[in-house]
Amino acid sequence: MANVPTDLKYAKSHEWVRVAGDVATVGITDHAQHELTDLVFVEVPEVGRTIKAGDVCAVVESVKTASDIYSPVSGVVTAANTLVVADPALVNSDPYTAGWFYKIKLSNPAELNALLSAEQYKAQIGGA
Amino acid sequence: MKHTPLYAVHQKLGGKLIEFGGWEMPVQYTSITDEHLAVRKAAGLFDISHMGEALVSGAGAEAFLNQTLTNDVRKLAVGQGQYTLMCNERGGVIDDLYVYRLAAQEYLLIINASRIEADVAWLEKQLAAFPRHTEVRLQNASDALGAVAVQGPRVVEFIDGCFPGSSNGGTSVARVTDLKKNQVASFGFAGDRVWVSRTGYTGEDGFEVVAPGQIIETVWNQLFSAGQTHGLKPAGLGARDTLRTEVCYPLYGHELDEDTTPIEAGVGFFVALDKGEFIGRSVLAEQKAKGPSKKLVAFKMTDRSAPPRPHYPIWSTGPGAAKIGEVASGTQSPSLGIGVGMGYVPPRFARTGTPIEIEIRGKRAPAVVAPKPIYRKPD
Repeated sequence: MANVPTDLKYAKSHEWVRVAGDVATVGITDHAQHELTDLVFVEVPEVGRTIKAGDVCAVVESVKTASDIYSPVSGVVTAANTLVVADPALVNSDPYTAGWFYKIKLSNPAELNALLSAEQYKAQIGGA
Repeated sequence: MKHTPLYAVHQKLGGKLIEFGGWEMPVQYTSITDEHLAVRKAAGLFDISHMGEALVSGAGAEAFLNQTLTNDVRKLAVGQGQYTLMCNERGGVIDDLYVYRLAAQEYLLIINASRIEADVAWLEKQLAAFPRHTEVRLQNASDALGAVAVQGPRVVEFIDGCFPGSSNGGTSVARVTDLKKNQVASFGFAGDRVWVSRTGYTGEDGFEVVAPGQIIETVWNQLFSAGQTHGLKPAGLGARDTLRTEVCYPLYGHELDEDTTPIEAGVGFFVALDKGEFIGRSVLAEQKAKGPSKKLVAFKMTDRSAPPRPHYPIWSTGPGAAKIGEVASGTQSPSLGIGVGMGYVPPRFARTGTPIEIEIRGKRAPAVVAPKPIYRKPD
């Protein structure tokens, strides 16, 4: 059963968001890493890049496939996790802490209201 | 989608199922990387029941096969197999396959799942035109037979116990592990019999077992439980693909198709130009003499990069760099931890050590033409 922490917000496209003030940290969910299988390559956005919600902001590749990651929120990237670039397996082993992708200064915090709660996301992935 | 007789087994083991050549097959059970490494270091068990089987028998079988396939079947003693190809008149590959001589006048062809219909139609057409067609019987046994592959260095530790006793057909051996590479023999099993060959598609020592569909689950269970204490894991098509890519075995639809010849694909060794007439011979002989206009090369990424994938463009390097080809197969190599693959390029770029670039999502990443196989077993 996939782990879905209750303190996070979720996008339908399987990203999670952790909000602290006006900065959000973004990663992919435990369910997503499980479905994607062993990751062998991660590309994160450059610091300073302006991203709109729904933009492709990162790429993850397993042995078998490449998948785009979409930003759940808009803003400017303030930090990117170089550790997951060096060791993509961190996303598989620790998707919610060590496996984060980037931090973004929110330009439209109201977008957070459109994201799913843990309960809603659990229902979406069929794990009520 | 079609299911093999082992479909319920895959579900029970939690296999992640995908479509492959019209079949619903497990791509992995736990992890492609773990399954791949299990085969390199210990043992892996694969369902290959989707592969097709054709039986060709009779007094005219040898002559028929020798004019339809590129390798020389006359070299096969009873109980031996060989890799071979079936070509059209243009020398293009209809399929690549293994042919086993089970008895003096009986041959088993193991053909690709995605090519069963095309192969059988081609064989039937050639047989109708074969002068001695009344002396040849062709039977598509693909639906009646199942098959598994058990591969890896530790398989020899447990396979004899799975099919005890000496062989009762093919090569005469006292036990399965007495079979040599490319030999095949039948053994009594579950009140029926199974054919076991020392062959595979992984670059490791191993065996493939062909059996009637109704007993293939018993075969699987026997190997699965016997292998437990020897590091055996069930392995899916994902690992099968990464294993064969590392050792540069072609996969039909990637390295081979009806517009590509065995010479271009680097498998000219399995084209016996000296055996007399066969379909495609004149084109292949000319190409071998003059050299092909494209060659299949293996390559390794030079730096850490996203894995190369099929159809990514291949570029030359330096001033005047141009697109010179396309990736046929590409993946992250679980054994080497870097991107590897194969692709077709003009012969002047085919030499080992030639720098090339692979275009990955619009950006070019450095790679180098590598000797085949890309992965070699450590001594």
